[in-house]
Amino acid sequence: MRTFISGNEALAHGIRLARPHVISAYPITPQTTVVEHLSSMCSAGKLTAEFVHVESEHSALSCAIGASATGARTFTATSSQGLLYMAECLHYAAGGRFPVVMMNANRSTALPWNIYGDQRDSMGLLDQGWIQLYVENAQEALDMSLVAYRVAEDSRVLTPFMINMDGFVLTHTYEVVDIPDQELADRFLPSYVTDNRFDFDSPKSMAFSVGPEQNFRFKFREHQAMNRAKKVIAEAEKSFAEVFGRQYTGLVENYRCDDAEYVIVTIGSVSGLVRSVVDELRRDGVAAGLLKIRYMRPFPDAEIAEILRGVKAVGVLEKDISFGYEGTVFTNVNSALQVAGLSVRTSNFIGGLGGADISREQIRDIFQSLESDGRRLNFLGINREEYDD
Amino acid sequence: MSGKNDEKVRTIPFVRQGKKLTVGEIPEITAYEAGFLTVTNASWRTETPVCDRNRCNGCLNCYLYCPEGCVYRDGNTGKIDIDYDFCKGCGICAKLCRKGAITMEKHGK
Repeated sequence: MRTFISGNEALAHGIRLARPHVISAYPITPQTTVVEHLSSMCSAGKLTAEFVHVESEHSALSCAIGASATGARTFTATSSQGLLYMAECLHYAAGGRFPVVMMNANRSTALPWNIYGDQRDSMGLLDQGWIQLYVENAQEALDMSLVAYRVAEDSRVLTPFMINMDGFVLTHTYEVVDIPDQELADRFLPSYVTDNRFDFDSPKSMAFSVGPEQNFRFKFREHQAMNRAKKVIAEAEKSFAEVFGRQYTGLVENYRCDDAEYVIVTIGSVSGLVRSVVDELRRDGVAAGLLKIRYMRPFPDAEIAEILRGVKAVGVLEKDISFGYEGTVFTNVNSALQVAGLSVRTSNFIGGLGGADISREQIRDIFQSLESDGRRLNFLGINREEYDD
Repeated sequence: MSGKNDEKVRTIPFVRQGKKLTVGEIPEITAYEAGFLTVTNASWRTETPVCDRNRCNGCLNCYLYCPEGCVYRDGNTGKIDIDYDFCKGCGICAKLCRKGAITMEKHGK
């Protein structure tokens, strides 16, 4: 059914189609309407799930983990400070190998207080052991809700999954979205079956302590499982295309990079604007391209290096800054290039912090600066004379 | 009260048996029998839970609340048994047993 809905509502429909057993959440802008919609679906009988209103985000994820430990399919959603409040529990879910699916509405972090979108909340938590996906539109948010469970619950992966959506720009804007039938969703997504649960027939210890030497091995296994997710994501997207007729592009998207000289690397909603500028520049004869990173973990290092091989200059545009160094996406991209032995000129463009607008003109300026030998680290809209160095 | 009980359910390698595990022997998940990978903590105990099997109805409420996961089901009777290598003697099981089947016996009496 094609309908005109917000990004949050689209995601809620995706979760409804995944038939979670337990949903636990605490409201926070701009995530709130996701759980409002799910709550309404539960009360209207359109979704048979236990909806638990908890007293904090720490409890929201703890509840999802506890429910997952009974073998239930679980969902929670949060944003910004809420995600940070969950930080302790993020490790519990990942280390315990509980395949919780969470939507995070990307929002700036305090202080100064601000409710608008940047990606510093989730980028600061890359090391927590969660798969991190960044979507670009409402349809993708819905579709990836189903893909998320399929990947997270796969016995080769068993790793929690964070679906990131840019706050307001994606969560609160309306688009035409195709809501698939339940029958198709059921064909794509099998039931969750696991031994990782309280079992009354064969009671086991859950979430136990492990001393130093064996603990190290558990962490090694966790790392292996996250890497295996790359293959499982590809399989899931192939199957998704067969069932629903929509094909996604895997860990990254290569938009007109094959013969590109200048490429901007993006994450999330700003990709649409960059894609449009790439088309304009191509009409003007500039060999511009866009490389969109969809998954920050597991990190697509080989895919990124392959696409950027032979490119003259790369600009990494991101809504994140690791104070005292550079943007974290930039660090990761440079690492991928270095591992592949590529010496491509790269520079970093920090934009959109606290929800600041990123304009078409600024994207054109980035491409222009790639053609000259510009600064390594740039903040969009900050004049050159304002830098200390 | 001391030592191991009911060795027959212990078919997997345990740290308490001095076995060094390979990466492949590490489970993917964190649901396993108590003490699979931890050192014993029985020495923490100043009281020991003892189950009266005539009263126990095997409801496993104690299992759900045991922080060490050291309650298991006796395959023959369906009633509970306790892995004393990993019981730290906290007494939660005795407190919440609805049948009053578990009593805490003080040490050194």
